[in-house]
Amino acid sequence: MPQIKCTDLSLGYGSQEILTGLSFEVNAGDYLCIVGENGSGKTTLMKTLLGLNKPLSGSIEFSDGVTSRKIGYLPQQTDVQRDFPASVQEIVLSGCLGRDGFRPFYSKADKALAAQNMERMNITKLKKRCYRELSGGQQQRVLLARALCATEKILLLDEPVAGLDPKVTADMYELIDSLNKDGVTIIMISHDVDKAVQYASHILHIGSELFFGTRDEYIAKEGAHHD
Amino acid sequence: MTDIFSTLAFYLERNFVVNALIVGVLIALCSSLLGVTLVLKRYSFIGDGLSHVAFGAMAVAAVVGLTNEMPLVLVITVISAVLLLRMGKNAKIKGDAAIAMISVGSLAIGYLLMNLFSTSSNLSGDVCSTLFGSTSILTLTSFDVWMCIILSMIVVLFFILFYNKIFSVTFDESFARATGQKAGLYNLLIAIVIAVIIVVSMQLVGSLLISALVIFPALSAMRVFKSFKSVTVCAAIVSVISALIGLLTSILAGTPVGSTIVAVDIVVFILFSVIGKFTNGGKA
Repeated sequence: MPQIKCTDLSLGYGSQEILTGLSFEVNAGDYLCIVGENGSGKTTLMKTLLGLNKPLSGSIEFSDGVTSRKIGYLPQQTDVQRDFPASVQEIVLSGCLGRDGFRPFYSKADKALAAQNMERMNITKLKKRCYRELSGGQQQRVLLARALCATEKILLLDEPVAGLDPKVTADMYELIDSLNKDGVTIIMISHDVDKAVQYASHILHIGSELFFGTRDEYIAKEGAHHD
Repeated sequence: MTDIFSTLAFYLERNFVVNALIVGVLIALCSSLLGVTLVLKRYSFIGDGLSHVAFGAMAVAAVVGLTNEMPLVLVITVISAVLLLRMGKNAKIKGDAAIAMISVGSLAIGYLLMNLFSTSSNLSGDVCSTLFGSTSILTLTSFDVWMCIILSMIVVLFFILFYNKIFSVTFDESFARATGQKAGLYNLLIAIVIAVIIVVSMQLVGSLLISALVIFPALSAMRVFKSFKSVTVCAAIVSVISALIGLLTSILAGTPVGSTIVAVDIVVFILFSVIGKFTNGGKA
């Protein structure tokens, strides 16, 4: 059973369709890169997977304990966050809130989970530090740790290397790759096709032409284009 | 020096002064709590708009001839808070324009109503005290005091119970929504509580100066402290101390309560900015 199975999705707002005829599936342990030009509907697709938008038509089925609420999400940074007074620990803990419902305070289990994920992201020594004073790469690790508190199974990353320098970008890709090797399913939105091809197991290309398949199929197809 | 203390002691024996201090401290505490959220969520303008709505509502209450204006003002302001929040999302009139419209509109209507129907002989005095707070804090009825105590309790309780959620929707609303937190509901609750805070604070500083009471302590704390919890605690302490200093100064020097407190807040802000410059190497 795939964790996520999308069949003949149409996406858009109101009567305006952005994307049609989109079908793909994500299995446990996959590393799916969603690539496409700006304005091709990557963000809309992402919001739909997260359950923030309804598809115009078609279906999304979740199984294997995954729901749109149990996708760990790494959003792009916002202006608000750039001058937000918050410690690393406070931010990572907030990843646990989704499952807490109306319980007002964090449980011991929440705190243990946060500590474990900070360790995993190698940011334990930063836990008292102020988020806005960290480097871009460190900030992404904090947000990844928070996303891991919300899920064990599947992460959705929205342009995780945007604005990072080359060295940090390479580290970030390695880190995401190691999470994937630990069994976390990765869905990444990216416009860096080269890197997508290097790390991903599957590629979904949206825009004027739709493509979904394994990395090797994508390379073969792109290669044929260039010949 | 002994003069000042004996004057103070003289005043502190009076019930109405003690009442004013209790109310002042509670209001300062409540108004500072949501300051950080307001500043960072770009809700400062909602706070400003709501305070003008509260002025309009006050005028209506005065015209209708209610003895206790607070319940009516509270209801109208809370409803406006909910409406403003809805509008911000999907209306044809964009959020900030809608707020500007409502706030100036209610100021105008409020003044108009007061002019047309006022039975008071001192109209401009009434308007001025509604806008700037004047000395009304020294003439609080016991109903006002109890209302203020109860509403403050509700605000503080709400803040403690929802502290983590408030943090989460302020820091990153899209993550909160995506992981199944009821961000819409929390935003609504925050807006309602802001409305309550504004109505309560109106008695202390008047409707034009409320935003200062909400925003200054948070901004001051943000200059120096770096975690959400330390900023919140610091803002609360700063706000309470500034309010006390402002209140006592205004009693001793006979200055208007609201503007004296805001002036103290401004001094504290400048002080904290300088401290922040030195401790952070100018980064903050």
